[in-house]
Amino acid sequence: MSVLLIAEVLEGQLNKDSTAKALTAAVQLGDVDVLCASSGCGDAASELAALQGVAKVLCANDASYEYAIAEPMAALIVSLADKYEHIVFPATTSGKNIAPRVAALLDVMVISEVMEIKGADEFVRPIYAGNAIQTVTTADAKKVMTIRTASFDNAADGGSAAIEEIAAVACDTPVAWVSNEVQKSDRPELTSSSVIVSGGRGVGSEEDFKLIEALADKLGAAVGASRAAVDAGFAPNDQQVGQTGKIVAPQLYIAVGISGAIQHLAGMKDSKVIVAINKDEDAPIFQVADYGLVADLFDAVPEMTAALE
Amino acid sequence: MKILVPVKRVIDYSVKARVKSDQSGVELNNVKMSINPFDEIAVEEAIRMKEAGTASEIVVVSIGVEKSQETLRTALAMGADRAILIKAADTVDTDIEPLAVAKLLAKVTEEEAPGMVILGKQAIDNDMNATGQMLSALLGWSQVTYASKITVDGDTLNVTREVDAGLQNITAKLPAVITADLRLNEPRYVKLPNIMKAKKKPMDIKTPEDYGVDVSPRLTITSVVEPPARAAGIKVESVTELMDKLKNEAGVLS
Ligand SMILES: Cc1cc2nc3c(=O)[nH]c(=O)nc-3n(C[C@H](O)[C@H](O)[C@H](O)COP(=O)(O)OP(=O)(O)OC[C@H]3O[C@@H](n4cnc5c(N)ncnc54)[C@H](O)[C@@H]3O)c2cc1C
Ligand SMILES: Cc1cc2nc3c(=O)[nH]c(=O)nc-3n(C[C@H](O)[C@H](O)[C@H](O)COP(=O)(O)OP(=O)(O)OC[C@H]3O[C@@H](n4cnc5c(N)ncnc54)[C@H](O)[C@@H]3O)c2cc1C
Repeated sequence: MSVLLIAEVLEGQLNKDSTAKALTAAVQLGDVDVLCASSGCGDAASELAALQGVAKVLCANDASYEYAIAEPMAALIVSLADKYEHIVFPATTSGKNIAPRVAALLDVMVISEVMEIKGADEFVRPIYAGNAIQTVTTADAKKVMTIRTASFDNAADGGSAAIEEIAAVACDTPVAWVSNEVQKSDRPELTSSSVIVSGGRGVGSEEDFKLIEALADKLGAAVGASRAAVDAGFAPNDQQVGQTGKIVAPQLYIAVGISGAIQHLAGMKDSKVIVAINKDEDAPIFQVADYGLVADLFDAVPEMTAALE
Repeated sequence: MKILVPVKRVIDYSVKARVKSDQSGVELNNVKMSINPFDEIAVEEAIRMKEAGTASEIVVVSIGVEKSQETLRTALAMGADRAILIKAADTVDTDIEPLAVAKLLAKVTEEEAPGMVILGKQAIDNDMNATGQMLSALLGWSQVTYASKITVDGDTLNVTREVDAGLQNITAKLPAVITADLRLNEPRYVKLPNIMKAKKKPMDIKTPEDYGVDVSPRLTITSVVEPPARAAGIKVESVTELMDKLKNEAGVLS
């Protein structure tokens, strides 16, 4: 039996990074068909067909899938489920919104945030904010799961899968999209960037958060934030790193004015190299940092930025 | 309108979970347990709706061990009216899967007929982020996850959701299943007199058999281990030394 991977396609745009990482996990389970459901998603389907490891792209081009509302998406996926043993999503907010719904409709459990595949029915996943790693086996005939993208590499380009148009499934949904509030940025995407500079409550204000952004720009880095910094309005919610924000694993993570709460560490402690800048030498962030600098961030950060000139 | 709020008893968010030496799970005996933080936010939202006149009664429900009564009492002290405990486990080491929880909650929903169910977006122990979505699927009610702002307008909800790209605004018809994100509100502190009052509020005790739901798990946990530890790092004295190490030792800067 084969695998159905649900590509993340929102408003016709493919989230290639998270989908290609989930694909790397999915190919370990069998032949992978990819579902590309959105509106105006012809280009997304072509991009998917060009990924190595894709057997076939199923393209459902319909207005009801444009914003990946859970009800119509789940109805479509369930209608395809007969042919597949595994139904796999990237663990994005959209994937995590839809996967449990599909699982419940199929009367199976969902397996969230899979970080390693041990076999067709054996999976590894983090629990307790990553403070414990659980291996589970499932007795369900169909396995519905989300893949922690930070744990897998990108699948390469170079494929040439066939694209098959499929019809939409009628679904009378009580939920309707109204608008997005998204801050456009030229910086790299948080979850795919190889360098991240994150600021915490210690940064002090939205104005001073520009120090973090200036350093990030010199490094070609994405900007992250702790929950405290987001709650205080220094940074938008989509920059939150942690148990309830984004999970990242860049080559270099620079934590500035962040204390290192369990919930923040959950989102970044698999980074290759961690740098912490904090004026409190006892801050828990230093326990995970490869390089710790005990300093006032208002001195150290501009100095780093200047050194990169 | 009645609102149902499921609340889970979990390890306190400030406690670092410790894996048991036999790898069977996480040590939950003699550790501080609290209401799941997201569920506290869900209870707060329901109370605010009651204060605003949108809701008439708040029923809280927990599925778990006998001691989950404490969690329910916390919710009652915050301002919920009535509680239901579904005693589904004898020891803290058996926890019930989201699918089974959702099936039980679907039965409770049929009995109680609320206009909405507000859950937390995830429980901080197993981080499944699943129960609300499953309940919505089982009931066929509007699915509204990761809410950071809710307004009720007749039988329509206007909701702001936290998504990867930022915020998304949607409308949803009641009845609805909502899951609460962190920034939905800041829960109130419970005052001592309210803790006393909460002791007198009604609490029903039920079992899964009362609802005819099979809670046997689909997943088997084969091991629970500590994550690999990071090698100890060093402290550097200056920005110059830091930049040098990043370039020449770690090789992450060019
Ligand atoms: C259910 C739940 C989920 C959560 N999810 C997340 C999550 O996803 N992500 C997350 O980040 N948090 C999360 N949290 C919050 C978490 O517990 C912490 O409260 C938060 O991470 C703290 O942010 P912080 O480190 O920026 O702030 P603080 O803990 O206040 O730390 C600020 C740090 O800045 C330092 N500092 C201050 N001034 C300076 C200066 N001038 N120079 C240098 N250093 C300075 C201080 O020494 C201090 O260490 C969650 C909490 C709960 C309960
Ligand atoms: C020590 C331990 C041992 C375990 N052993 C097993 C085992 O032997 N076999 C097995 O299959 N699984 C086991 N599990 C896993 C467990 O069954 C579930 O997978 C997990 O608890 C459910 O995920 P979640 O709580 O993260 O739900 P989420 O979907 O993240 O919860 C979201 C929301 O749903 C509501 N909710 C969830 N649960 C409840 C509840 N009980 N009562 C009221 N509201 C609730 C809350 O509002 C919550 O915020 C174990 C877990 C632990 C901690």
